[in-house]
Amino acid sequence: MGGKQGFGHVLPLTAEPAFAEPWEGKAFALGLLSIRAAGANLHAFRHALERVPPGDYLADYYDRWLRASQILLADSGILSAEQVAARAARLSGSDVPEPDPPEPHKPDMPSGGPGNLRTLDTPPAFAVGDRVRTADLRTAGHTKLPGYVRRRTGTVTAIRQAEIFPDTAAHFEGENPQHCYAVEFDSRELWGPDAEPFRLSIDLFEPYLEKVT
Amino acid sequence: MTTAAEHIDPAVRAEALASLLIERGLVDQATMNNFIKTYELSVGPMNGAKVVARAWTDPEYRERLLADGTAAIAELGFRGPQGEHIVVLENTPELHNVVVCTLCSCYPWPVLGLPPSWYKDPSYRSRIVREPRTVLAEFGLELGDDVAIRVVDSSSEVRYMVLPMRPAGTEGFSEEELAALVTRDAMVGVAEAVAP
Repeated sequence: MGGKQGFGHVLPLTAEPAFAEPWEGKAFALGLLSIRAAGANLHAFRHALERVPPGDYLADYYDRWLRASQILLADSGILSAEQVAARAARLSGSDVPEPDPPEPHKPDMPSGGPGNLRTLDTPPAFAVGDRVRTADLRTAGHTKLPGYVRRRTGTVTAIRQAEIFPDTAAHFEGENPQHCYAVEFDSRELWGPDAEPFRLSIDLFEPYLEKVT
Repeated sequence: MTTAAEHIDPAVRAEALASLLIERGLVDQATMNNFIKTYELSVGPMNGAKVVARAWTDPEYRERLLADGTAAIAELGFRGPQGEHIVVLENTPELHNVVVCTLCSCYPWPVLGLPPSWYKDPSYRSRIVREPRTVLAEFGLELGDDVAIRVVDSSSEVRYMVLPMRPAGTEGFSEEELAALVTRDAMVGVAEAVAP
């Protein structure tokens, strides 16, 4: 979303309950529980969120969670879209038959322990103060390098603890832990000479970066 | 795959999904209700407000909080999902921090609860990294030209919380009185703490 135009005025800072309607709470809990059921892979869930069709994605937040849960569960052969549609129709009073469940093919990825933080034996490639340039990434899969910071030069301001690499983990291709850096960019590097003056800090994984000498 | 689900009311779809998962033994109703109740009642910005009030009154705690947010926040009993690694950003008269997640809706659940609508909305996610001064002014926060802005995009598992400036005129306030001045919005960086 970073830098996309045309979304208009921000919403008001109103106080609101965690869930505006009971089904939203249910969608939230089902999201967390679908992640558990489909291989405990939060990154795969985020990738599923990104694969919700754009119109649906923008329409409603917790509906997006529901649709992502359905994608994740369908991907791993736990529940098919047809099953959910048939059950929903039956709950709405139609006497439609329920299809057979799919053949489960839950992907399996070895886990290096709970959570996402990891410790690496290899030293970090960059140090605080290094100038780094971000990759010209054109992946069709999941990544944590947003479009608006690609091919840009910034400065490492902190070394974070190494983490599971979302770009491989989201596809169940391994935890592949990577060093992670806070990198700061000048707003003019991102948006051109007329940009509002500010700094943008973002956490980026080592494979996204190369040193500028 | 969503075409089949396209025109079904989300409340019905949620019910369908829940009933199928419960039948398969993959989800139980009690766990589901527990998740919902926890984030409705026990986890929210009142937690973060206690952290801020402690930092305002205890300089050593403030040091620990800025050095290792996760550990200092855990001292007050706040930990859990989306709080694996929390970094606290200190606002000063010279520097204003504001937090966003442009990729999804990452947010420090243990201290702030679940994110509000404005934080999840595309308008905030798209614009705060491009024109933060304008967006903050739309929210009602006019920063002087001498205040630098740092926008922090939560793109890894690190979660960010802003330590707002303590308002003037609060000398002698108790931690509890101070916590009442600390809003969710101030801890994301789109507002300042409430002046008494």
